[in-house]
Amino acid sequence: MAVPILKQGGYLIATVQAALTDRDLAELRDSLIERVGRYRSRGVIVDVTALDVMDSYAARTLRDLAYMAKLRGAQTVIVGIQPDVAFAMVQLGLMLEGVATALDLEEGLAFLDQQFETSQQGRV
Amino acid sequence: MAEARNLPPVTQTPAETTTVLLSELVAHLRQNRTRLREQWVQRIIDGQLLMAMSKEEIFAEATSVYDSYLEVLETGSVEALQAYARNLSERIIPRGVETHEVLGIVLLLRDVLARELFSKYGSDFAVLNQVLDAYEPAANRIATTVGVGFVEERERVIRQQQEAIRELSTPVLPVRERLLILPIIGVIDPQRARQLTEQLLLGIRNNRAKVVVMDITGVPAIDVKVANHLVQTVEAARLLGATVIVTGLSPEIAQTLVTIGVDLGKMNTVGDLQGGIEEAERLLGYKVVSTSKVAD
Repeated sequence: MAVPILKQGGYLIATVQAALTDRDLAELRDSLIERVGRYRSRGVIVDVTALDVMDSYAARTLRDLAYMAKLRGAQTVIVGIQPDVAFAMVQLGLMLEGVATALDLEEGLAFLDQQFETSQQGRV
Repeated sequence: MAEARNLPPVTQTPAETTTVLLSELVAHLRQNRTRLREQWVQRIIDGQLLMAMSKEEIFAEATSVYDSYLEVLETGSVEALQAYARNLSERIIPRGVETHEVLGIVLLLRDVLARELFSKYGSDFAVLNQVLDAYEPAANRIATTVGVGFVEERERVIRQQQEAIRELSTPVLPVRERLLILPIIGVIDPQRARQLTEQLLLGIRNNRAKVVVMDITGVPAIDVKVANHLVQTVEAARLLGATVIVTGLSPEIAQTLVTIGVDLGKMNTVGDLQGGIEEAERLLGYKVVSTSKVAD
């Protein structure tokens, strides 16, 4: 099941709706990387609010996404990790090292804005 | 030939004998309840038991216990006694009555009644034996029931209090927009550490906090498990987009963390709570400016 990806100015926003299979995750990663190149995006937000479980494959894929996006010039932020998912993740040692995280979409956008010092009004 | 006044007819079974005897001795104990109860209360006071209660209170409870005691002797059923024991425990535990006092008074009543039976049936050893055969199992059951009931009630109270302490002692307090303080006091065991983490993460989400100052000034020491748990808490908070500043580490805890090789790069620490709040404000872009007017 494909994850909808929206373009908002220089950012790409992917909102995960439900539990993803390993294949869905890989497709998401590849779609986002492709679009980063196509639209020359500077930021990627992946909203995982609806995910109630994060396994090692998901964590690894998100980390790969962040590193690959960086190589192509985009900063990634993972937003919406729920408290009990975060708790489970740290217990399993799935740390998402080197990947920026934020509480929710709003925070994620604020973070990216701050990174690129884009004013609120200036954002298309 | 001694008068076999109270010997039951030979055609009765031992069980029937017991029942008949029990009824008879219960009737006697009931008839003499005022005198025996007084004796018992006096023994309680002499033994310096139930010091937390007044003489009137002791007398009132003694009346209820005495009647319950006889009822168990008579019917053999401990249910009513169990209910009474629980009810009594609920009332006297907050008064500070100890387990040894409760067992003590039940055993004193057992003694008072046993002595009464000795004096009534003592002239005929065979009958006395039968009477005691009937009385002792019932009396022992009573002591056990009351004792166990009391202890179970105490354990229930202790569990309840522990739960309350646990909930109270990990408050998550918003002190500024996006800034939470988590003051921790007392010993942290793994269970408390886990509860702490859950409350912190929920607090971050509900208050949309970006910075949390976790103050452990009031924590005397921590072990390896708890230290790792603290590190995990910091990491989990990061996944929710919040930075945790740990403040108030005692020299002992600092030593522990270094010794067990905790990755200190993962931990943002400041010496004391004041410093922690100042750092948090800096991170959030607050600036505290002194106004020239001092409030009087």
